[in-house]
Amino acid sequence: MKRINRNFKVRNFHQAKWDEPIIFELSKKGERGILVPKAGEEIEKAVGDGISALPETMKRKEAPNLPEISQPRVLRHYMRLSQETLGADVNIEIGKGTCTVKYSPKVNEALARLPEMTELHPLQDESTVQGILEIMYKTDLYMREISGMDRFTFQPSGGSQAIFAMASIVRNYHRDKGQDEQRDEIITTIYSHPSDAAAPAVKGYKIIYIHPDEEGYPDFEAFKEAVSERTAAFIVANPEDTGVYNPRVKEFTELVHKAGGLCGYDQANANGLLGITRAKEAGFDMCFFNLHKTFSTPHGCGGPAVGATGVTKELEKYLPAPLIDYDGEKYFLNYEVTNNPYSIGKIRMFNGVAPVVLKAYAWIMSMGAEGLYEVAKVAVLNNNYLFKKLMEVDCVDAPYIRGKQRVEQVRYTLEKLTQDTGITTGDIQRRMMDFGMHYWTSHHPYYVPEPATLEPTETPSKEDLDEYIETLKHVFKEAYESPEIIKTAPHKSVCHQVDESGMDDPEKWAITWRSYLKKYKE
Amino acid sequence: MAIKGFKNHPYIPNSVPEVQQEMLKEIGLNSLEELHAEVPEELKLKENMNLPKAFQSEYELRRHVEGLLKKNKSCNEYLNFLGAGCWQHYVPAICDEINSRGEFLTAYGGEPYNDFGRFQSLFEYQSLVAELVDMEVVNVPTMDWAQAASTAVRMASRIVDRKEVLVPKAMDQEKFLIMKNYCDPDITLVPVDYDKNTGLMDLEDLKNKLSSKTAAVYFENPSYLGFIEVNGQKISDMAHEVGALSVVGVDPSSLGVLEPPVRYGADIVCGDLQPLGIHMNYGGGQSGFMATMDEEKFVMEFPSRLFGIAPTIVEGEYGFGDVAYDRTSFGHHREHGKEYVGTQSALWGITAGVYLATMGPKGMEELGQNILQKSQYAISRLNEIKGVIGSRFNTVNFKEFVVDFNATGKTVKEINKELLAKGIFGGKDLSSEFPEMGQCALYCVTEIHTKTDIDKLITAIEEILHS
Repeated sequence: MKRINRNFKVRNFHQAKWDEPIIFELSKKGERGILVPKAGEEIEKAVGDGISALPETMKRKEAPNLPEISQPRVLRHYMRLSQETLGADVNIEIGKGTCTVKYSPKVNEALARLPEMTELHPLQDESTVQGILEIMYKTDLYMREISGMDRFTFQPSGGSQAIFAMASIVRNYHRDKGQDEQRDEIITTIYSHPSDAAAPAVKGYKIIYIHPDEEGYPDFEAFKEAVSERTAAFIVANPEDTGVYNPRVKEFTELVHKAGGLCGYDQANANGLLGITRAKEAGFDMCFFNLHKTFSTPHGCGGPAVGATGVTKELEKYLPAPLIDYDGEKYFLNYEVTNNPYSIGKIRMFNGVAPVVLKAYAWIMSMGAEGLYEVAKVAVLNNNYLFKKLMEVDCVDAPYIRGKQRVEQVRYTLEKLTQDTGITTGDIQRRMMDFGMHYWTSHHPYYVPEPATLEPTETPSKEDLDEYIETLKHVFKEAYESPEIIKTAPHKSVCHQVDESGMDDPEKWAITWRSYLKKYKE
Repeated sequence: MAIKGFKNHPYIPNSVPEVQQEMLKEIGLNSLEELHAEVPEELKLKENMNLPKAFQSEYELRRHVEGLLKKNKSCNEYLNFLGAGCWQHYVPAICDEINSRGEFLTAYGGEPYNDFGRFQSLFEYQSLVAELVDMEVVNVPTMDWAQAASTAVRMASRIVDRKEVLVPKAMDQEKFLIMKNYCDPDITLVPVDYDKNTGLMDLEDLKNKLSSKTAAVYFENPSYLGFIEVNGQKISDMAHEVGALSVVGVDPSSLGVLEPPVRYGADIVCGDLQPLGIHMNYGGGQSGFMATMDEEKFVMEFPSRLFGIAPTIVEGEYGFGDVAYDRTSFGHHREHGKEYVGTQSALWGITAGVYLATMGPKGMEELGQNILQKSQYAISRLNEIKGVIGSRFNTVNFKEFVVDFNATGKTVKEINKELLAKGIFGGKDLSSEFPEMGQCALYCVTEIHTKTDIDKLITAIEEILHS
């Protein structure tokens, strides 16, 4: 026996690998996963088998080819798949820039899974849902305080749908003002999320992109050129996905207002700004927060989620119905405020994704104003610490606003590393997985060459940050000394390099198991 | 008043002041205030926001939220007959077990290597739903059925390059509003009338409205009002005759017993996954899916992510990835990609997969049969009540049915109020959504209802109307 040496800088990691079959391969004729309640003798006596009442043409002739698997085997399969997923609960989430992957408190999840939440039907009488309505109403009030807006809807079920809701409001606002035909352009910046362009395009808008100026801020001169009587709205993230905060944002919004347009604030990047600065003071008419990001609710592999969308008093009438309100005695669904031909009507079924709102409420109540301020400060501290340490590494750079602070994330470039070694940012991404780390490049197209977007949030400790930095340095060193190990990575993840050659070929791709079996016979 | 932070917060490791000082020193700053140097002073808040003070312990927070939730009366406590797009089904414990797993719950946008399980489970969900609807391509879920239907008709519009979509007048009016907003400004939705006796789409009206402008005919099975649209094949044929597509919305809980829409001509199928192992969650459990055959012209119009299976460099190893990623707005074409993609409801997709794998073909068939029997029983018992018509439409139903109270002398509102006092959530009041029906309510009966539950409803309505 000896003292075990734990003096290492990078982790000797290996992800769980179960080599699970596809679920259909587990099927065994006759096995059952669960028993379903029967109608019972008396009902059967009264109405027969139920199925005979169906017209022959509507009866299913062949049972669906679902697998037959007993319950322990189904459970084991999915437990194994869960172990093969690197969620935030098991890893240091620093590498997923723009995603704001922070700690999702377990108590909030436990509360959202109580039957007084899960077993509520959205059409129940208001008197029987006073608790959830109170939670939603108060979350609306807190969101108003956090943003300076005057009213929120929780219907948009993700950030992109929130952008879509904002673009819908823009259209109906201008329709209301009789200027819909004339205003057919929406301006955004290249480093705002792609959905800031894509969602308004569904509403028929032409998208104008503003690029950075020489220093790296959205180019105000170009912006002045772009704003005109055709401008319907300016929809933008600030900070952008580069972590660059546009200090002249108010001049941008003022210019748009002067030209008769609206301003929508994509606050997907709000984590570093809570309690620091708000949409209202920057001159925005609308904004949204991702409750699954900034408000911790969590991400769920990509939803359920909420893009809580807030507007000024002037735009309240355009919101989707119903809004959640309080008359001094009881909470209720308010259909009156939006009862006009220019309301966008409805964005999502029913009244919003209530359990997500509940978790955001609980998070806010565990933070208070001082906690939200702490979140912002620590998120920015963590990011600038990471930024400082990485910029000391020779092969790392970050274009734009040299020598200045970033907010909650940075988009780095590994261009020099690629030039020196041939190793790309995509290669680094795969190699980082061998150490249990996420590492995200960028949305497409890559405006920053060989990009890496890192966002630590307030969740990692200093030691976590140091481990991430040391791991990156280790991988960069490998790039110069033993690039082969990177080119062939991952080695310790769940699977090895995927042959993606069929992914864009209709003859080869297989989106379901049945398509796979059809295309690839034994 | 200076702004204060919350030191030593349990969720924020680096809220420890000594650590902060150490880190600040590393980056050449003296205090946290020196951060946010890029935000102009005039845009900065000068004091803490006006929010309630944080609870000082997890226990107090828990007590507080539990106290609020206790003000709710859940469908565990009350007997529920509400449906109308959100349905109370039994949620197998295994579904909650899997979707509570922290690895799934807190994963997001990782790669097919380190998020392998997320890719495989969503690929499997796609594959399982594909079997249920008997089609070949299913998407990573969208927000809800209404969004799936909206995107399905936009897909149809792009495929046939036309701008008019026919929809049933007797559809959920809120879903109609969502679709209308999603199609605005370029695609027009035209409602097609329904037969007053059967509820079915009026084929004469359909014929009149179909034209060379029609991109698609959208209808549902079972319909919003619960009746089965038995003319599915005719409607699809009529759509195809004018070069339009047939888009069918479907309740997946019916597909153990009902013919899948592709068998009566559907080109695109959509629906909600909520019945498949997802709690109602006050409407937060909705999750939409779409399905087509594996043809390029369909696949390339999906805005959603589509996970595909692929080999890896190691023989015998499964791998996964995104099929035709550049279709999406995440790809190189941004707003020139198909609509937009983003965070939607992936965890419910995984859950629906667990549900279908657990239920198997036998479970889905028994579920469907059970719902048919129990709803037929409820209708027959309602018919025994003087003045009540158990099902207004003389067409066979699945799960939901329109109960006609017009001859009772009471409004649905009055009846539901009295039912509530007896611990029962009566069916959805349709009087404002479909004024032409007068006093009717949409009732929902599923496998969770026992004979005793249904009999209790009958006795309660009897008492309300006749004692």
